[in-house]
Amino acid sequence: MTQTQARPPAVAGPAVKATPPGQAGDAPAGGDQPVMFAGQRHLLDVDTLSPAEVTSILESAEGMAEVLSRDVRKTPALRGKTVITLFYEASTRTRVSFEQAGKVLGADVINVTADSSSVKKGESLLNTALTLRAMHVDAIVMRHPHSGAPYFVADHVDASVINAGDGTHAHPTQALVDLYTIRRHFGRLSGLRVAIIGDILYSRVVRSDMHGLRKMGAEVVVCGPRTLLPPGFAPGETVPEGLPFQGVRVAASADEAVEGADVVMALRIQSERQSAGHLPDLREYSARWGVNSRRLSLANPGALLMHPGPMNEGIEVSSDVAHGAQSVVEEQVANGVAVRMAVLYALVAGKREIGQ
Amino acid sequence: MRHDPSPAPTSGGHPSPSRGEGVNERLHAATRHGTKRLAVIGGRVVDPTQGIDRQATVLVANGRVEEVTARPLAKAPESYEAVDAGGLVVAPGFIDMHCHLRDPGFEHKETLATGTAAAARGGFTTVCTMPNTEPALDSASLIGDLLRRAGREAAVRVLPIAAITVGRRGEQLSPMAELADAGAVAFSDDGDPVTDANLMRQALSYASGLSGVRREVLKQVQDEIRGLPIINHAEDRALSRDGQVHEGHVSARLGLAGIPAEAEAAMVARDIHLAELAGGRLHVPHVSTRRAVEHVRAAKARGVRVTAEATPHHLTLTDSWAYGLHGSVPEALTLAAYDTNTKVSPPLRSQDDVDAVVGALADGTIDVIATDHAPHAQTDKACTYYDAAKGINCLETAFGQVMTLVHKGKLPLAALVERIAAAPARVLGLELGSLRPGWAADIVLLDPDGEWTVDPARFASKSRNSPLTGVKLRGRVVATLYAGAVAFDARVAAK
Repeated sequence: MTQTQARPPAVAGPAVKATPPGQAGDAPAGGDQPVMFAGQRHLLDVDTLSPAEVTSILESAEGMAEVLSRDVRKTPALRGKTVITLFYEASTRTRVSFEQAGKVLGADVINVTADSSSVKKGESLLNTALTLRAMHVDAIVMRHPHSGAPYFVADHVDASVINAGDGTHAHPTQALVDLYTIRRHFGRLSGLRVAIIGDILYSRVVRSDMHGLRKMGAEVVVCGPRTLLPPGFAPGETVPEGLPFQGVRVAASADEAVEGADVVMALRIQSERQSAGHLPDLREYSARWGVNSRRLSLANPGALLMHPGPMNEGIEVSSDVAHGAQSVVEEQVANGVAVRMAVLYALVAGKREIGQ
Repeated sequence: MRHDPSPAPTSGGHPSPSRGEGVNERLHAATRHGTKRLAVIGGRVVDPTQGIDRQATVLVANGRVEEVTARPLAKAPESYEAVDAGGLVVAPGFIDMHCHLRDPGFEHKETLATGTAAAARGGFTTVCTMPNTEPALDSASLIGDLLRRAGREAAVRVLPIAAITVGRRGEQLSPMAELADAGAVAFSDDGDPVTDANLMRQALSYASGLSGVRREVLKQVQDEIRGLPIINHAEDRALSRDGQVHEGHVSARLGLAGIPAEAEAAMVARDIHLAELAGGRLHVPHVSTRRAVEHVRAAKARGVRVTAEATPHHLTLTDSWAYGLHGSVPEALTLAAYDTNTKVSPPLRSQDDVDAVVGALADGTIDVIATDHAPHAQTDKACTYYDAAKGINCLETAFGQVMTLVHKGKLPLAALVERIAAAPARVLGLELGSLRPGWAADIVLLDPDGEWTVDPARFASKSRNSPLTGVKLRGRVVATLYAGAVAFDARVAAK
């Protein structure tokens, strides 16, 4: 591995000094604490972030990526801080990347899963939250099968709550990872055209992506079977002003969505959609909405293929494309750690200064 | 909220099922009515059943209305005690034909005592309890027990609605004739629909031949109200599935599973067809959608015996309230989002639906305002939206809520009184909801312009689950007389 020299970030975000936490022992100076989410303690969705705040996180993540490229991947930036990962749903990449992010930053990371906790003994979410509050942890990274669960917990704890996926609502750090990945390749987000194909109705990733991409000036085109489009999303039309996700265009076909796109994102199809009658047949889905090499060739040359994972290869994305030259799926995973470091650092390091 | 304890209404045993001796007479005799002579003076009397809307004095004796005087009296006649209604509206006591008192089985949410205390504060002198208790009210002995306990514990009149099916399981009809004789005023499996169309048909048909306690009452409209109403929770469960909120922009934004308006409309349409087929009486509870309104309107136009009700929340709140910001739609969600106190069945709907329901209430397509008061304990609501129990605590806010329709010019005050007092009595065939001479002196004193701020911590209800915390309402219940005795007086309570 080559030793990369620490370099200053290209552009400093307006709301933040995006200085990376620096070498071991080189904790950032107090006056320059990065208060990325001005006045906010939590990251529950990207809808609360200003474009400047998003930019500052992405720039901070560049610095974090540099830390990750060092031989000794450790900084003391969050030394003495405690981060709990509280997962009520199975997860590999999100939980591990948060754990790694916390550990690289020097925080103590404690993993709690529903299977191995008092949840199994019937403890309510409220009491779990109160228990964690009593332990004075600094951050709670939370995944829950119910939409809005992190809002409920955030309302009952002093710690920063980071939403690591709530039901069919939001997955803000995945959206930030997607923004970061796209920005690394194109150097910008504004003016890019991003096609998102699949289960638009139930995907928490797409909801956060739509907020984030629109906020940053990208054009968003979505497509999926009509049974998997949210209310107000009509094929061939743009979501009108005044409605949630205004300005998102709904393509009538996957080909139309992909045409001229700079980024093509395939979403995971959950098998339970089929049992609920949303999808008659996965083979049919794959033919109509799956991203394959023919369909991807309709996109702009050099377009990126993305997938939030885990992939059902052969269903929403063909294997050749999933592992092809245009795929940045593994890069998304790698970037996940840097972005989550940036989020943890922003919320936890500057916490006392935010004045709670 | 209890009054002077008095002997149990009937000496043991449930009310005698024998007919022809005036069951309403017996119900009145069973009531702990006031013994003083009262003169309610200084108020504007609004009684749509008699076409009265003028300054007048209401004279009360032996728990009954003596007369509404042609002219207001300056002071109480000799031997009458004055009840000051200066500057207030004097109306028949409200009747809530749809509430949940949770007793028996869920006394941690509400009891007969706390629920009826809340009713009295809300201006209600009669409340009809839904049978989704534990056990469900599906036998004469349970109805008898409820009425007996209500006679001892309740601050106002409690009339039970019995289950349509045994255990509310939707499989076998409950003994409806016995239930009617024991005092049930209607039938409902509320909370759950009767899914089986044939069973629903049989229920409508069977109940249409029953009379129960209503036999002697309202002779002038007896034909119209022949038979007991079947109140079917209108929800097609195959459509609503595990929906949490109305299917629309808000469900899309919050990532909550939606319940389409058609889940209600489809069931209402089916039930109307079945009522037509069976010749029965259908009452549609808590209408929440434009489509359901249209079905009811068309059915009434072709003479189907159908009535309908709407709740204060479906008349005034939209699905946007789930954002937790009193109806406003935020750019970005706040910690107030996913307000579990807005979770209710049927769900709060779109503004277009609310407009349609309000219009239907104004034109009489919807007959009745009913609260669907559904108290829940803190732990039932201090959880995720998905885990939260459905229901809104409504008895104490109902009048202030529906007064917003009056203040906005969408509903005349007299029409409000008709929908909340006279109409439910008409639907249930009860000799109540009017200030006619000889009828029970159930009277409410209202300050239509009185402003107050909702603070659930001050509810008489045992539960606090209102989404209206901190909302300023204009319209206040000042005092409630139940059978000629004071059941609530804010002027005394404040002292």
